[in-house]
Amino acid sequence: MKLSGAQIVYESLISEGVDVIFGFPGGAVLSLYDTLPQYPQLRHVLVRHEQGAVHAADGYARATGKVGVCVATSGPGATNLVTGIANAHLDSIPIVAITGQVARAFIGKDAFQEADITGITLPITKHNYLVQSAAELVAVMKEAFYIARTGRPGPVLIDIPRDIFDEKAEFRRIEKITLPGYKPVLGGHAAQINKAVQLINHAKQPVIIAGRGAITSGAYDELKELAEVAQIAVTTTLLGIGSFPQSHILNLGMLGMHGTACANLAVSNADLIIAIGMRFDDRATARVDTFAPRARIIHIDIDPAEIGKNVRVDVPIVGDARNVLQLLSKKITPQNHREWISQLEEWQHQHRLTYDKESKELLPQYVIHRISELGGRNAFVVTGVGQNQMWTAQYFHCDMPNSLISSGGLGTMGFELPAAIGAKIGRPEATVWCIAGDGGFQMTIQELATAVQENVAVKIAIINNGYLGMVRQWQELFYGRHYIATPITGPDYVKIAEAYGLPGQRVTSKQEVAPAIKKAMEHSGPYLIDFVVRSEENVYPMVLPGESLSEIIEQPGPKEDIKALTPMLPLG
Amino acid sequence: MKVALRGRDNSIIDGGGEVKPTTAPKHILTAVVNDKPGVLNKVSSLFRRRGFNIESITVGASEAPGFSRMIVVVRGDTPVVEQVRKQLDKLIDVVKVTDISESSIVARELALIKVKSTPATRSEIMQIVDIFRANIIDVASDSVVVEATGDGDKIESLLHLLKDFGIKEITHTGCVAMTRGVV
Repeated sequence: MKLSGAQIVYESLISEGVDVIFGFPGGAVLSLYDTLPQYPQLRHVLVRHEQGAVHAADGYARATGKVGVCVATSGPGATNLVTGIANAHLDSIPIVAITGQVARAFIGKDAFQEADITGITLPITKHNYLVQSAAELVAVMKEAFYIARTGRPGPVLIDIPRDIFDEKAEFRRIEKITLPGYKPVLGGHAAQINKAVQLINHAKQPVIIAGRGAITSGAYDELKELAEVAQIAVTTTLLGIGSFPQSHILNLGMLGMHGTACANLAVSNADLIIAIGMRFDDRATARVDTFAPRARIIHIDIDPAEIGKNVRVDVPIVGDARNVLQLLSKKITPQNHREWISQLEEWQHQHRLTYDKESKELLPQYVIHRISELGGRNAFVVTGVGQNQMWTAQYFHCDMPNSLISSGGLGTMGFELPAAIGAKIGRPEATVWCIAGDGGFQMTIQELATAVQENVAVKIAIINNGYLGMVRQWQELFYGRHYIATPITGPDYVKIAEAYGLPGQRVTSKQEVAPAIKKAMEHSGPYLIDFVVRSEENVYPMVLPGESLSEIIEQPGPKEDIKALTPMLPLG
Repeated sequence: MKVALRGRDNSIIDGGGEVKPTTAPKHILTAVVNDKPGVLNKVSSLFRRRGFNIESITVGASEAPGFSRMIVVVRGDTPVVEQVRKQLDKLIDVVKVTDISESSIVARELALIKVKSTPATRSEIMQIVDIFRANIIDVASDSVVVEATGDGDKIESLLHLLKDFGIKEITHTGCVAMTRGVV
């Protein structure tokens, strides 16, 4: 059967199980869009900026576990995807980005809207293609989805010269892919598993650090089983939140720069770290040469290049987290670690996450805590980047697997709204909260129009403190309170909402919080709440940059009283 | 032998002084890659973004149709080179990467050297060329072109000796290498 290049793209998308495309048309993809009505089973979501398309595909992928798809035209369309592609790359999110390119005869001639997008995205994609013919497109589409979703997932870009959309080629379904240079290891080496079992069975003070890999592999039950059978407390990275129930007695919360004191103390004193699908990012490890100084480390990761990249590892296990944990659980002997667990409980008790609960002012932590309580038990929460993100990580109760969607590695402000739209489109039955800072929200504010046009019922909570809050916090702590370029004004967000065609309200006091959240929940469409909170509130606990994980500043107090907590247990 | 203590991050805690990049051990990586446009760029840009200076890189056909073989020479400490090897292996177009520095290998470089010559110096140049088992492949009235193959040291020594005659031009390939056959 002969099909046009455009038809081949859509036929391939459908056979890969795609039902939604996030995109923005333009000259080089005109033929692709012209063919779209032939495939009514594909929903196209028109965004207002290509960055919105890629973040929406990202949010969709995180919420559903499927591959997110976005489309942009050549040149500026393609370059506008770059931030979102880098974001997906660092967080290992499966995305296929399809870009139009100038016609083959014009490539390299600096033609109108030409940009070398495969060159530009080379270091930020798992793989990319500049398609040479319609005939080649069939295999390229198949490979792209396979590469994006398998192994350590990631973004794949397919750049298609515009004349290929109109070129006819034989379309056949490809069953088998031959990629001699790509063979993800899923199993987990038996000898390494045995070494790990030995370490786990003999550990006295073990801690699990779970990252996003645990979520990607769907290892929720396996992680819980390992933790419970061997009585090992679990801390998570930012992106690992949602891999282990927050309310579980063995959950210590997030580790790292703004992690809980208990999690950081546990890791610092542990004699064994079982790291699952995480990559020892500097925000998680703090000062890396003093990270977990007493621990042997078992590192389970699907990407061999992550082993030994940032920290030295004693027992590396390359494989899919779920497979490896299943194999481990079969061999470990039940433990109780009574002394260690009670030490952890003591730390948890002594160093609870807290904020000024008596405050008359509206505090951001209070807002997020209340959204967590009232915003639906099975809600996704999509955050921006900065203080709002850290407070959500700390105070949003994530019991539902995979409930937190956040830009971790790249820390992309403006991710929140389009990603929330993508998540809600992928999981229409779930409540999706978008927690935004007033800074980040203004970066992709135009996607409100997308939410309205497509009637995507995201609940938007702006944590409005009038500052680029996290940068301001660093200026306060390390730059003598010189608030340079961090005070930020914004529009009247309620009027903005109204102008875009969605209801909204402003909340300035504690007693208005619960009614506003309820109103947002009851409304069937998108809803915006502008929470005007205390402007100079800081995120604590905090490990200062360059310090060890155990040196935690717990609470602000008066400036001169800021003193790091450094309890290391006596060795022995 | 001095063994450096390493921190968790593989940094040298007490290496007994500064380690100069040039003294880091030489590693020869051999990679089988897809014979497709852009693959050399993918490989070389990976070295750049991981902060690696390539000492030499050569690409040519391999024994298998559709695949090329690259030989990359870099200097670096073993854990760091191992990290780069793994990153290279992650590239979809790279089929297999091996660090053959520790193996028993044969390695050769080729240099073409245009040396100034006069009737008076020509025979002396020819003698040196003979000793190094190199060849003179072109003779002009005021110069000769010497073709030399061997390991890097041999070519360095030859260049050193020819320097006094006056060197007009050098082209020097990177290293090609393979492991020895099993005896």
